[in-house]
Order: sequence, then C-alpha cells, then structure tokens
Amino acid sequence: MFEALSAFWAEYGQLLLEGTRDTLIMVGVSTVFAYLIGLPLGVLLSISQPHGIWPHKWFNRILGWIINVGRSLPFIILMIAIMDFTKLIVGTKLGVPGAIVPLVVSAAPFIARMVETSLAEVDAGVVEAAQSMGASRLQIVWKVYLPEAVPSLILGASISIITLLGYTAIAGAVGAGGLGDLAIRYGYQRSVPSMMLATVILIIILVQVIQSLFSWLSTKMDKRLR
Amino acid sequence: MSEPIIQIQHLNKTFGAGPTAVHALEDINLAIQPGEIFGIIGLSGAGKSTLVRCMNLLERPTSGSVVVDGQEMTKLSTRQLNRARQNIGMIFQSFNLLMQRTALDNICFPLELIGTKRPQARKRAQELLDLVGLGDRAGAYPAQLSGGQKQRVAIARALATSPKVLLCDEATSALDPTTTLSILELLKELNEKLGVTVVVITHQMNVIEEICHRVAILDHGVIAEQGTVEEIFSHPQTEIGRSLVYPNGVQIDRLPPANVIRIAFNGGSSYEPLIASLAIDCGVKVNILGADTRNIDGKAFGTMLLGLPQDPAEAGKALRYIQNQPDITVEEVSGHV
Repeated sequence: MFEALSAFWAEYGQLLLEGTRDTLIMVGVSTVFAYLIGLPLGVLLSISQPHGIWPHKWFNRILGWIINVGRSLPFIILMIAIMDFTKLIVGTKLGVPGAIVPLVVSAAPFIARMVETSLAEVDAGVVEAAQSMGASRLQIVWKVYLPEAVPSLILGASISIITLLGYTAIAGAVGAGGLGDLAIRYGYQRSVPSMMLATVILIIILVQVIQSLFSWLSTKMDKRLR
Repeated sequence: MSEPIIQIQHLNKTFGAGPTAVHALEDINLAIQPGEIFGIIGLSGAGKSTLVRCMNLLERPTSGSVVVDGQEMTKLSTRQLNRARQNIGMIFQSFNLLMQRTALDNICFPLELIGTKRPQARKRAQELLDLVGLGDRAGAYPAQLSGGQKQRVAIARALATSPKVLLCDEATSALDPTTTLSILELLKELNEKLGVTVVVITHQMNVIEEICHRVAILDHGVIAEQGTVEEIFSHPQTEIGRSLVYPNGVQIDRLPPANVIRIAFNGGSSYEPLIASLAIDCGVKVNILGADTRNIDGKAFGTMLLGLPQDPAEAGKALRYIQNQPDITVEEVSGHV
C-alpha cells in the first residue's frame, strides 16, 4: 500500500502540486477581480431599487437585465464565446491567464446578486436612522450597508469562491491548467483512475477548507452573536 | 410667545395617485415652541409617523410648509437638508442601532458623518453615555444590551451633534412599563438640562400624561384637537379625544335609570374629598357609577359619573353643592334609559 502510494507520488506528485497551485491562483485572482466588479454592481442594484436610497427604476431594470444575461450563459459556452475578448485583455486564450478573464466575467454578475441579497438583510430602520442624522448616500453605503452586512457578505464570498472553484475545473477542459485539467487529461483521457481519485479528493478538501474558514470568519465577525 | 422652533403650515401628504391615493395627512398646522415637550397622539394608522417624518423630511410633504429652526425644510438642497438634519435628532421604536458597532461607536457615528476627529468623537460619546447612565457599557454591542439600554444609547446617539430638536417616534412602544417610565424620565431630564425641544409620537396616553406640556390629537390624518395636556385631559372636545383620554370608556347604557350626572375635574385638588364632603355637608349619599380620573402633577383630572338619590329634593341639593365647587363642571347625562 505504502509502496504503491509513494510510486504514485513519485510519478504524479509534482503534477498534483502544480495543479493545486494553478487552481488556487485561478480562484484567488479571479475572486479578487470578480469582487472588484461584482461588489459595486451589487451595491448599485441594491440602492437603485424603488425603496432604496437611490431609487432609479430604469437603471435598476437595465442593470438587472444585463446581470441576468451574464448569469444565464453556462460557463463553458461563455468561456468559448468570449475567447477573442480574453486574448485582447491578457494576450492569450490559454493557460491560467486565459482562464481568469472568463472566470471573472462569469462570477461578477453572480457576485453582484449575492451582494444585493446580503445588503437586503440590513435593517431598513438603521438606514433610516442614518438618513435622519444627515448621512449622504455614499456614507450610508460605506458606513451602514457594507459594515452591517459583513457577516452575510463573508458567507456569500464562500459560496462565490466555491462556485469559481467548480468553474476552474470546467476551464481545465479547454486547457486552462489546474486540478480540473489534470482530472481530464490523466484521469479521463489517459485512464489513470488513481489520478482521477486524487484530484477529486484534493478538490473536496479545498471546498471543505474554504467553507469552514469562511463560516468561522463570518461567525467571528458577527457582533449580533454575543 | 417666542418664535416656534417647528412650524408646520397647511401640510398635506398623499401616497400614490388617482383613485388609489391615500391621504395620510390633511392640512396639518402645528407650532411647537422651543424647549417644550410636544406630544402627538393617535391610533395606529392615524398618520403620526408620517407627520414626524415630515419634520426632518424623511417623508417629503406633498404640499405645505415645514419650518424648523428658521429653515424652510422643503426648499433645501440635498446637502443643505443633510446639514439641517444634524440639528434634528431622532429615536425610533426599534432603536435602529448599528448592530456591528459598540455602544460608544454608535454614538460616534453621527460625529463621523460630520468629520469629527476620532479622539474628540470618542470623548464626546463617552460624555453622552455617562449622561444617559450607561458610562460603563461603552464597549458593549447592541446585542448585549436590554431594550431600555438600547434606547438610551439611541438617545445619546441622537444628541451627539447637540441638536435643538429631538423627535421620538414611538420610542417607548417596544418597552415594558417600568422601562418606559425610566426612558420618559430621561427624556424629561434631558429636556430640562439641555433645553432640547422634544416631539413625542405615541399611541399611549400615559406617555403624554407623563412628560408632555402640550399635545395634538391626530385622527385619520387630521388634527382633531390640540392644547395643553391639562385642557385635553379635562375637556376632550372630540370623540377621538375622549376615547384616547378614557380608553376604558364610561359606559352609560349599562347604568341604572336614575338621575345620573357627569362631573369633570379640571385640576382642583383630589376627587375623593368631594364625595365625602357631599355626604357630610349635605347628608346626601351618591353612587359612584363610574370614574376615570388621573393625577397629573398632583391635580385631579378626569370624569366621574354619579347616581343621585331618587328623591328630587335631595338630588337638587347634591347638584347645587357640586356646582358650587371650584374646578368642577357638571353635566346631566340623558338618553341612558
């Protein structure tokens, strides 16, 4: 058993380490960029609602419509459909950089909806209190909506990140690298069942770690639970 | 009389338009004097909360004028309005504290909005916490405080920018009677100590009774009557006024068909000696058929229904005796048979 394991590791260990590293890079970088786009969009969606602090019906509808379009495309189709755009942005359609652009484009609208949901949980009365104190809209977003929604935003982030992790595996199918790439090339195309098993185990571990870490963080940050 | 701190003229507020429009407030006129505690009472749905929100323009009136501290609120730009609101504190039924901030940081919040430096803001916040009796709970989060404590923090927060007006929207409705009293005491104390004008919105008559100087009764979006608390308590002019002052009602139709009179106490001494002295001085015994009286600042207000003796001579004697008492008005009750 031990010998089999060490033989497996000698042959594939380096690949698995690199695959895990690539997956983490893809997930990490695309999460950051997806939030840079999705968070402001989510805030705009939330405040432009009829009872929001910046009610703009048509802006809200059009933005909501665009976001829905972004969310309706299955990732693998989106990835292929925007390849030229990807090349324009990062100079390549392939590898880790080539995967990050479609990952961001796909996750940003998803994140916008997650953020919108989190902000909806903030008590309207607290927002009204801030308005009664003369807070500007920007101050309400920065000092009320976002800080009050932090525990919920963190939980939302864990869902977003795990979704992105799933997408990276799909990206692997079109030569993006990472654990998904290994699973397809070795586990499927070359029929190495132990490789398939190893990548699946690694992905499960990643998901568990991410979820536990963010749940713990959310609870720790939530001052309502004292 | 000095210039009112809040002057509302011909204010209307309509929600929606066309046949489904709801007229929440109709032709409201109010003048609230600096330094007074002014109550606005009404049943739920009467438009109280809308009216108080028109004072700091959380609700924009459909028409009419709202002048607070000399400024016509409806004509201000967004920026000017935000500055004007720093002069009008507000507290709420559900406290509305920032749940992710400590008590101290909640009080710092309005100071942060106007760019007060952190050390100064914290110092001011601590002073206010001391003022509301929570000096030792600076680091507590709202979730760790009781309802009464939360409202104290909210009051401190509302007063952080030293506003001239404090609006209280059903501020004690979520609290138990004992805590309600302690919060009312605090509001009274702050009114006396700081001179802040307090506007109290409530559906509870005892809140008005406890702290208000003057009161307006709001009914279906219209001011039914207004006056000093003494006037309203002794002579409610309207049906809604009577039902609020005497919520239990004095049910005439269940009374025996005798000579029944209603007497109103207008702030003379206590009501008990009257019945006793009636018996002693005239030798006439009357039945107390119903009473709803209150003690405000040591004076008796309220009404009492008395059943006079069947004998007309005795009844007349008793009636004349009561009519000669100061601060008491008598009316004969008819149609009770």
